[in-house]
Amino acid sequence: MSQVLDTPSPAPAVPYDDHADPAELAARHGLTVSGARPTLSAYVRQLWARRHFITAFATAKLTAQYSQAKLGQVWQVATPLLNAAVYYFIFGVLMGTSRGVPDYVPFLVTGVFVWTFTQSSIMAGTRAISGSLGLVRALHFPRAALPVSYALQQLQQLLFSMAALVVILLCFGVPVGVSWLLAVPTLALQFVFNAGVAMIVARLGARTPDIAQLMPFLLRTWMYVSGVMWSIDRVLSGHPDMPRVVLLALQCNPAAVYIDLMRFALIDSFHASQLPHHVWALAVGWALLAGVGGFIYFWKAEETYGRG
Amino acid sequence: MAEQSAVTGGAGRIPTVVADRVDIVYRVNGTGVGRGSATAALNRILRGKKAEQASGVRKVHAVRSVSFTAYRGEAIGLIGTNGSGKSTLLKAVAGLLPVEHGRIYTDGQPSLLGVNAALMNDLTGERNVYLGGLAMGMSREQVRERYQEIVDFSGINEKGDFITLPMRTYSSGMAARLRFSIAAAKDHDVLMIDEALATGDRSFQKRSESRIRELRKSAGTVFLVSHNNKSIRDTCDRVLWLERGELRMDGPTEEVLREYEKFTGGGGKG
Repeated sequence: MSQVLDTPSPAPAVPYDDHADPAELAARHGLTVSGARPTLSAYVRQLWARRHFITAFATAKLTAQYSQAKLGQVWQVATPLLNAAVYYFIFGVLMGTSRGVPDYVPFLVTGVFVWTFTQSSIMAGTRAISGSLGLVRALHFPRAALPVSYALQQLQQLLFSMAALVVILLCFGVPVGVSWLLAVPTLALQFVFNAGVAMIVARLGARTPDIAQLMPFLLRTWMYVSGVMWSIDRVLSGHPDMPRVVLLALQCNPAAVYIDLMRFALIDSFHASQLPHHVWALAVGWALLAGVGGFIYFWKAEETYGRG
Repeated sequence: MAEQSAVTGGAGRIPTVVADRVDIVYRVNGTGVGRGSATAALNRILRGKKAEQASGVRKVHAVRSVSFTAYRGEAIGLIGTNGSGKSTLLKAVAGLLPVEHGRIYTDGQPSLLGVNAALMNDLTGERNVYLGGLAMGMSREQVRERYQEIVDFSGINEKGDFITLPMRTYSSGMAARLRFSIAAAKDHDVLMIDEALATGDRSFQKRSESRIRELRKSAGTVFLVSHNNKSIRDTCDRVLWLERGELRMDGPTEEVLREYEKFTGGGGKG
């Protein structure tokens, strides 16, 4: 495609300006190396300065999500409900995992909605950078704004689902209680956890797009061991020969922690005895570990996003 | 940064971009025999670096030892035949490509406006203006103030209410115009335009050229890649000529363009 031309006798590039040392000149005028990563504290400040971008981006993405569908925003509520219906049909009716679980429908729907929040945050996270390359290359902003924004979009989506959930709870005669307020800190902690994991997978997905292919399988495995449609407590107490470690690992897995906390908050037949010990410490610990760890991990590669 | 110049100043000019013997090398995956096949990919993963040559990772030396210093208030044209390294060099200045050797120093964060830099295609033009402004670090009020200005400048609404349609419905020229309008709404220290104006119509090109002049006046530096020698003549006072990754010439527009036109044989497109 290039024109093939003879290179004429190389006229030396005429120096338009003659400065002794470029590095010294740059330092004198306070220029910085292009594409260098900001310090962690500067990065946090930049990200905070873009908070309006993060929220506006999440809202815009949410409203655009179903803009090509005829039913439009109805899908915000219909999608999670259909999901719950499918799981109810398979696990509640066909496989009978509902046996021995009181208020199975509220139990299941809460599990599905809370799990979907984590699942879709992570899925969106894998494509947060690789799917927004145009934006990343055209404009300059701290890249962590993207995975955080996608996690926030999923939180907004979840709030729609929670409205549907409240209706379902009331229909199945679950009484309204003060404990419902516990849903707020639970969601806040889960959001921090999700955003952190989203940042980790965003960095992985930016380097290796194959992660997006692999992730659905990992997530499905994670879902099945997290007690989304079955009660960890109930099933494992039926197997007394199961090692304690397995039970403990299942109960301490972050998805299970947030799901069970939400069930504990909303469903009054779900008792505190079904929660692992120190459940709030676990919830806070996972949120901090993923949130802070994920942020630092993402920041470490800040200068490489958009390359290639 | 600007204040120091009075003391140190070489003729009072303040540099915004300093490139110091920059080399840029691309590594392209899977160009060898059996490229892209499953076994070749597995081999690459398992054997790591060693297999890089075997599986055909090719190095392309796109920019060779280029040095220049750009100053405030300059508009610099970048010319050269296709594949001579112009876009590559700008990407490196923007920090989107790592340099192999040498260093690039910049004042603040340069913004690169490429020809296919899509913003958010599933969102309306209106949303894109709003979000683009916020992403560049403008406050909500600033975006609201400038909104009408941006839309008018882009000329998107000249043929009806297109700004409320998703950006995927825009023609390539319309999308390019809106992108440029969003990016140009902010006063950049360094703005690099990589053929982003080529798809716009003549009246838009005139508007954007005058905007480039404005940006220069507000002490910014503008880089312009174009194959249209006339638009380089109209906007730039200095031209860098790249050929095969090497800086062939660096000087006043007329001088360099005359040599370049002799080289390409003919008076260019202008």
